Amino acid sequence: MIPVCHLADLPAGESVRLDTTPPIAVFNADGELYAIDDTCTHQDASLADGWLEGCLVECPLHAASFDLRTGAPTCLPARRPVRTHPVTVEDGMVYVHRTAEEDTAA
Amino acid sequence: MKSVTVIGASLAGLYAARALRAQGYDGRLTIVGAEPHRPYDRPPLSKEFLTAPATADGDADPAAEGPLALTDAEELAGLDAEWILGTRATALDTRHRAVRLDTGRTLTTDGIVLATGAAPRRLPGPAPDGSHTLRTLDDARALRADLARGGPARVVVIGGGFIGAEVAASCAALGHRVAVVEAAPLPLVPQLGESMAELCARLHGDHGVALLTGTGVRGLRAGGDGRVTAVELADGRLLSADVVVTGIGVRPATDWLEGSGLPLGDGVRCDAGCVTPIPAIVAAGDVAHVAGARAEHWTSATEQAATAVHNLLAGRTARTHRALPYFWSDQYGVRIQFAGRRRPGDVPRIVEGSPDDRSFLARYERDGRTTALLALNRPRPFMRLRRELAHPSPAPTG
Repeated sequence: MIPVCHLADLPAGESVRLDTTPPIAVFNADGELYAIDDTCTHQDASLADGWLEGCLVECPLHAASFDLRTGAPTCLPARRPVRTHPVTVEDGMVYVHRTAEEDTAA
Repeated sequence: MKSVTVIGASLAGLYAARALRAQGYDGRLTIVGAEPHRPYDRPPLSKEFLTAPATADGDADPAAEGPLALTDAEELAGLDAEWILGTRATALDTRHRAVRLDTGRTLTTDGIVLATGAAPRRLPGPAPDGSHTLRTLDDARALRADLARGGPARVVVIGGGFIGAEVAASCAALGHRVAVVEAAPLPLVPQLGESMAELCARLHGDHGVALLTGTGVRGLRAGGDGRVTAVELADGRLLSADVVVTGIGVRPATDWLEGSGLPLGDGVRCDAGCVTPIPAIVAAGDVAHVAGARAEHWTSATEQAATAVHNLLAGRTARTHRALPYFWSDQYGVRIQFAGRRRPGDVPRIVEGSPDDRSFLARYERDGRTTALLALNRPRPFMRLRRELAHPSPAPTG
């Protein structure tokens, strides 16, 4: 369980990047919290820097798009999914529960 | 249309094939590629590919699997194309829409997509061992092998544009001693304008890379073993070199179209819909000269492919290509992003961040309007403004 930040510090439309290995991005998409691996599966770019629209985040480099709910790419150039991680809030703090490497969808 | 041939199996060619299938074309599809590899992504070749540690399966084709691959087995099955790789197109008969290949085979189809890309310009004179250009995967492999021959090498990069700067940064990161030679007084001025180009040029010095500007190159010197020993500058100076990389621009690959009757001149001349004077022949990517301009950008190649194919299937220019130009470069750990149409005289204004931190966002302005954007290590606000520039909100009414 990785502490992220206070919920109050992650307003809707914002994102936070965790310097884990690999890095994880946490998003507040209109009140719903999501966490995915931060690095676009197409080329090295931080999805936390991406454009958030609904449940989709668009990579800032080449406009690949991922569904935060599933990690699946919704358009090219990305073809591989990013891992998703469960997020919880306890006493106003946001936590990410890192999904193990083995659980990665092929 | 029952059969289409795509000439060129890189980014634009693959995106053309994808667009054909995505737009409902279910006829015969043939893709011809001069290189032996499946389509792969070129941007990492001057960066991650050069600096990545060798892997155990270093002999595997990274264009087939791994980070460079642009496609996979599942997609290939879906595209249902005949791939003719390692084969060059040598001539085009526009009247019969017939493409002759260097194997002697001739492909006659209803539609043709020209996506043969561009080839690096080379210095006049012989190219001794240890001298490189960087365009293809095989180029990058040869350079990578040369850089790994021993201890720190003296690397001279000829040309301070984006490829040259990226190679210089990669070589510096690998611990080599690097000098960049640029003929102009300052690199990247045509792309970025003087003041912003100057900020980018400072990155070299920050990382111990020498930048020699305002001097051309007379030629390369080689030792008795045929390996490069030095670069001779136009002013007579000699720069010792173990490895030389020349990045002085590209020429669109249109030689094979000479005599075809298609209008050529810095690429295949097309209208704004990527259509040549023959509606069944379209062009996309670096080889395409679209409505008076040629773009050498990754994003342009992918967008033009979709437009070209749309019009090919329509049989006329039903859609035009006017996307906002966009390119990026990674140098010395700094991500440079540029979007828009900057003209000389547009005034750049830093609206966020600071050049001292190598992290800022600048707007280029003309008559109070934003014409282009430049960001160093500011991807998020850059993307936001890039979207605004591409899709300006309608003017308020009433």
